[in-house]
Amino acid sequence: MADNFDLIVVGGGPGGYVAAIRAAQLKLKVAVVEGKHLGGICLNWGCIPTKALLRSAEIKHLLDHLPDYGFSADNVQVDLKKIVARSRGVANKLAGGIGHLLKKNKVTVYDGYAKLAGGGKLDVTKDGKAVAQLQAPHIILATGARPRQIPGLEVDGTQIISYFEAMVPEVLPKSLLIMGSGAIGIEFASFYNDLGSEVIVVEMLDRILPVEDAEISGLARKSFEKQGIKILTSATVKKAVKGKDSVTVTVEVGGKEQVFTVAQVISAVGIVGNVENLGLEGTKVKVERTHIVVDGFGRTGEPGVYAIGDVAGPPWLAHKASHEGVVCVEAIAGKNPHAFETGNIPGCTYARPQVASVGMTEQKAKEAGYEVKVGRFPFIGNGKAIAMGEPEGLIKTIFDAKTGAMLGAHMIGAEVTELIQGYVIARQLETTEAELMHTVFPHPTISEAMHESVLDAYGQVIHF
Amino acid sequence: MSINILMPALSPTMTEGKLSRWLKKEGDEVKSGDVLAEIETDKATMEVEAVEEGFLAKIVVPDGTEGVAVNAVIGVLTEEKGGAVDAAPVAEKPAPAPKAETAPKAAAPEASGGGEIPTPFKEPTSAKTEEHGERIFASPLARRIAKQSGIDLATVKGSGPNGRIVKADLDEAPAHEAPKEEPKAEAPKAAAPATPKAAGPAIAAPHKKIPNSSMRKVIAKRLLESKQTVPHFYLTVNVELDALLELRAKLNATSPKDGPGAFKLSVNDLIIKACGVALRRHPNVNASWTDEAIIQYDDVDISIAVAIPDGLITPIVRKADALGLAAISNTMKDLGARAKAGKLKPDEYQGGGFSISNLGMFGIAEFSAIINPPQAAILAVGAGEKRAVVKNDQLAIATVMSATLSCDHRVVDGALGAQFLATLKGLLEDPLGLML
Repeated sequence: MADNFDLIVVGGGPGGYVAAIRAAQLKLKVAVVEGKHLGGICLNWGCIPTKALLRSAEIKHLLDHLPDYGFSADNVQVDLKKIVARSRGVANKLAGGIGHLLKKNKVTVYDGYAKLAGGGKLDVTKDGKAVAQLQAPHIILATGARPRQIPGLEVDGTQIISYFEAMVPEVLPKSLLIMGSGAIGIEFASFYNDLGSEVIVVEMLDRILPVEDAEISGLARKSFEKQGIKILTSATVKKAVKGKDSVTVTVEVGGKEQVFTVAQVISAVGIVGNVENLGLEGTKVKVERTHIVVDGFGRTGEPGVYAIGDVAGPPWLAHKASHEGVVCVEAIAGKNPHAFETGNIPGCTYARPQVASVGMTEQKAKEAGYEVKVGRFPFIGNGKAIAMGEPEGLIKTIFDAKTGAMLGAHMIGAEVTELIQGYVIARQLETTEAELMHTVFPHPTISEAMHESVLDAYGQVIHF
Repeated sequence: MSINILMPALSPTMTEGKLSRWLKKEGDEVKSGDVLAEIETDKATMEVEAVEEGFLAKIVVPDGTEGVAVNAVIGVLTEEKGGAVDAAPVAEKPAPAPKAETAPKAAAPEASGGGEIPTPFKEPTSAKTEEHGERIFASPLARRIAKQSGIDLATVKGSGPNGRIVKADLDEAPAHEAPKEEPKAEAPKAAAPATPKAAGPAIAAPHKKIPNSSMRKVIAKRLLESKQTVPHFYLTVNVELDALLELRAKLNATSPKDGPGAFKLSVNDLIIKACGVALRRHPNVNASWTDEAIIQYDDVDISIAVAIPDGLITPIVRKADALGLAAISNTMKDLGARAKAGKLKPDEYQGGGFSISNLGMFGIAEFSAIINPPQAAILAVGAGEKRAVVKNDQLAIATVMSATLSCDHRVVDGALGAQFLATLKGLLEDPLGLML
């Protein structure tokens, strides 16, 4: 006998568990099937534990600059084990909280892996044993993604590692080569560099953080290089030869080969969707390049089967997954949500300096045919940033010259990941430059730079 | 010391109105309770009474000014004749200019680069309110794009939270071929504000322009909205009136000549009563559609369309099912007279659960009316006329009236409308039931 539900969510990550709770709020009878850990990668092996690590790195950086602030200290020790233990503790604490939230919302959790069995049925198994058969008219696949492997440079867990291993180092590697300069690669580069490793970043494209605005990418590169990170762009890793305690990596840059010998290689070259063993074969669910094809409400080609989050394609961000989950569930429950739209999803990189953005880059806006007005405001003109000792940073805003719509906003510098939401709200509410100009920003805060950037786009900047 | 006279709000939703005329001149003595001026809103003309005593020292907003914001200073009283007027609040605002034709339409203060603000301090006219005095929820971007492309936001359905209009909603909206306003934000704005013209091809034939009164605008908006968004259908019934006419003549004959208790029932009064009784028996017609639920009204309040010089208005006979015929008749006479004089109070024409429109006195045989939202039905009453009818297989003459019920199908289905009309017909053809 199948256990019956109104909705079954496959995967308990930030897409799945949020979808389940929202569905429970809408009075649906919901189950979540999760085989590993509630909270998914985000909570256990992604967003959250890395933020704990980066907090430690930031404190290390401050300790290195104590005299700047009027302190001196001797014998400052770095205890990597404690740093990692703290990060794991944070992750575990939050993951436990998810279980509690689901229970509170009366969501039934099945421990196992689910496979579509046709006719709205799902077979749940664990370690080869059947756990349950479930049935529901609506099934949301929220199975997430995993690191992409490059042939010949596969992750072995010791010398070539992925974010899993990079998050729990036992000893600090003396040197590191990081393949890929997206958010994950750059965050680890920043973390290990702050802790004292020698770091090389290799990026295939012509700039780091390639999804960000080119100007911000350039500033980020300058800042990282100043901190001692070696950055190679338009570069490809040709081969990696593993020695006893080291890896010798051959990188082709501009037609010339360079050879580096490092303790470890971190592979951060993107992700692939977890689309296997879901029973998608023989259904109308369409998979393209390891991702399930969906519409603005998460619907796949198969009636009653939906997909959200990383498995449903980029941007691969927890908050995107959560929001997709909410839209999908509300549509299932007969509410009338707006179709999911990726234009208002902010992206954040928590390196030092931080990078945050929402909307189109200047280049994208121009390619889309907009006549743009661009505003810039550097942190050097912001009192709070200077007082904090964080005078490096820039806030860039891009407006449609015709309508005043905010097309995009791009930031680099201290605390910008906490600032970006202001522009996200502005975009969601469809404000124009006029409302932003008339908004009073508190003084002294770094957020004033957000105001000034808008003013600058219209030739009214005050402090620069 | 001087006292500012402020533009009063005549109803909770009023945000602006027209100052029709002053009844006092500058320098006149004013006693508490004196009528100072007349204000015209969407539907009614109201008098502004003096609260304080003194002398009308200054008229700030002249006769015939439209779009005067609620709480704007319209005049100043001083305690003594020729007393000094405190300069500050009055300061000759270039506020709303007189006469509609030339009045710049509440141009939202446009943020712009470059262009410096011209000399006088511009009084921000209540930018957030729409002409109809009803707030339209729209994103700032949607407002700006609508303005740039000549789209009337009142005609756009919002898909955002609680019906808020967002940019995406404008993609489908018909852009009027309006003379485009200079899209460049920096363009020095001064000179004549480009008044976005209404749509449609240019009218070449010799003509004159009659500015739309607030009432015309409200009628246009509400009836357009009704006809476009309410799924109407129509049911017509023929009612023999001979018994009712006979009863009416008998009842009128019993009225005292003059003085208290005098009455003169009209056929319409009897129809109001009959509708009241029929609505009490079919409460699901006395109802309104909302997205969440159908609202069924506890009271039977009937709106009666009354033609007035500038349009029409629908004063309400409240609890029409419970009122006696003489009371209905006298209420209606009072409401009708005050409607024609533009003296109805907002709560006398706002609300109602059902409407009656009677064009019988103009000899109209039958017609269909547009539902008065949010009501779910309106009865269009034609003239009672002698028609040939078949009775007991014989041709006979009877006074017959055709009445057409327009129904909102979301609330009133065909069978329900038919049952209501059957009840109404029964009450009118055998009118003793109305005496209960």
